[in-house]
Amino acid sequence: MSVGDYIRGSQIWKSIFRHPAPVDRRNRIVVMLTNFFLHLHPVSIKQQGIALSYTWCMGGITFFLFLVETVTGVLLMFYYRPTLEFAFNDILALRDVTTLGIMREIHRWAAHAMVITVWLHMYRVFLTGSYKPPREFNWVIGVLLLVLTLLLSFTGYLLPWDQLAIWAITVGSNMARATPVLGYEGPGAQLLNVGGFDLITNGSDARFLLLGSRFVSEATLNRFYILHCVAIPLVVALLTAIHFWRIRKDGGISQPL
Amino acid sequence: MDDKKPSTSDILAKIRAQKAAAAAVTPAPVAAPASVVTPAVTPPAAIAPQAKPGSTKDILAAIRAKGAIPAAGPSAPAVAGVSVQSEVKAVAASTSPRPSVQDMLKAVREGQGVPSSAKPTVAATSAGKVPVVAPPVPSKPVMASKKVVQPRRGFLMNVVVTISYPFLSAFRVAWTSMAAVTGVATLGTARFMFPNVLVEPPSKFKVGPMSDYPLNSVSNKWKDQYGVWIVHTDQYEGRNLVFALASVCTHLGCTPSWLDGEQKFKCPCHGSGFYMTGVNFEGPAPRPLERVGLKIAEGMLEVDKSVKFQGEMGQWNDAASFVELA
Repeated sequence: MSVGDYIRGSQIWKSIFRHPAPVDRRNRIVVMLTNFFLHLHPVSIKQQGIALSYTWCMGGITFFLFLVETVTGVLLMFYYRPTLEFAFNDILALRDVTTLGIMREIHRWAAHAMVITVWLHMYRVFLTGSYKPPREFNWVIGVLLLVLTLLLSFTGYLLPWDQLAIWAITVGSNMARATPVLGYEGPGAQLLNVGGFDLITNGSDARFLLLGSRFVSEATLNRFYILHCVAIPLVVALLTAIHFWRIRKDGGISQPL
Repeated sequence: MDDKKPSTSDILAKIRAQKAAAAAVTPAPVAAPASVVTPAVTPPAAIAPQAKPGSTKDILAAIRAKGAIPAAGPSAPAVAGVSVQSEVKAVAASTSPRPSVQDMLKAVREGQGVPSSAKPTVAATSAGKVPVVAPPVPSKPVMASKKVVQPRRGFLMNVVVTISYPFLSAFRVAWTSMAAVTGVATLGTARFMFPNVLVEPPSKFKVGPMSDYPLNSVSNKWKDQYGVWIVHTDQYEGRNLVFALASVCTHLGCTPSWLDGEQKFKCPCHGSGFYMTGVNFEGPAPRPLERVGLKIAEGMLEVDKSVKFQGEMGQWNDAASFVELA
């Protein structure tokens, strides 16, 4: 009996997987259906459906980059403190004194790449008509994931807390001033007033909600840190799971005609 | 077995008779034992579709109906293993030119070839299991039974084979690469978790000149920042000593306070009390406060918190634990 057979025959292994190794067609199906992660994926797919020339593997690469971002991001959190006192110095320390602190560059480049691959994935889906019924809802989820990817980039951009970061977020968040009705410089904001008292001011509008203050400050840094590390990734993970699962439910990956 | 039904010996006798007849008729008697027992080694799945005989009576009926020839087939395994085994023995005994199992075993033990063209070997005859009988094979020439000595592979060749194993196909290269990347990433991650720069107070620090600490006084000056008292006293063994006490109660690790009016360290948690010398005298603390390293460097007292000295272990005699004044 080989070591592999011994392990696969042990109670621990069986309690986890509850089926034999995927040695035949039935067990290959069972493996897919009984695994929490794999069950999101179709049991079988047409070979031409996953041809590189057809899919560009952009969705898969995007997911891979998301995993890279998750792993490196969690590791970077061990050395980064989102406060005025430490944020910038911690970034410098990552570069100068932390072994493999270069990981921050992996995080950064993977983030850039992820934005690109999300766009290319969307472009491919559009060109192949894969957004058409019954997949239209999955397209909507994909658009949400695109927005969240951009928000992850935006919130992550502030964290190094250097001049570039602060002014980029300052300029970027200024757009929120012009939000219709809810931005204090936006059209219709003056309509929301009670007895001559404006409800929408620079201390109560959409931009203030985003920054947590009237200008980019430590409150903003903390807010963006939480959004970047916890809130948005959780939503992305949830939507990604639904996105994958819907591929299966909508009839598998679309085929070349 | 049921007494009312034919006994095992009846069955065996019947089979023996049938087999003898078969052996006499069959052109190649050698094949007989093999074909008789072949059903025994057939996987149960192959037999399943056929009706399974319910009782010994059914089995016997089947045997009778099918006559002498091995086609007795699927019902054979249902007969208790013993009978099949006996069957083989019977066959071996009834065909005189062939040696019995005992003869063959004896021959094997003595290292000789079996002098017959037939060589039915009974294997796995343990109780409860259907015996598996190897089909007869022609006896090999004596030459072939000699052990052929393989040329030994050189040590270097072994190394080459072992090292090249993970790279000999695209599949292996892929898995090897993945294992390598995973391994390096894991090690790198582990290394990443060990910081090179520590954000913590230094273990060695200067606490000013000796003149800052008058005789028989306890200084709280460095307690908040570094967690040590600087004590200058002549109450310990009558010697004029300066030493540094860690402000950690030896009971459960709280921080005691120096009470100047009562001239003692008092722990607020459980009431342990220590003399100025650090020796415990009341409450649950089981041993004196610990000293840390103290020496004079560049005219200043320098505390070294990386070393500690426990009085109850005689370590207070270590010259590194105090500075003695004349």
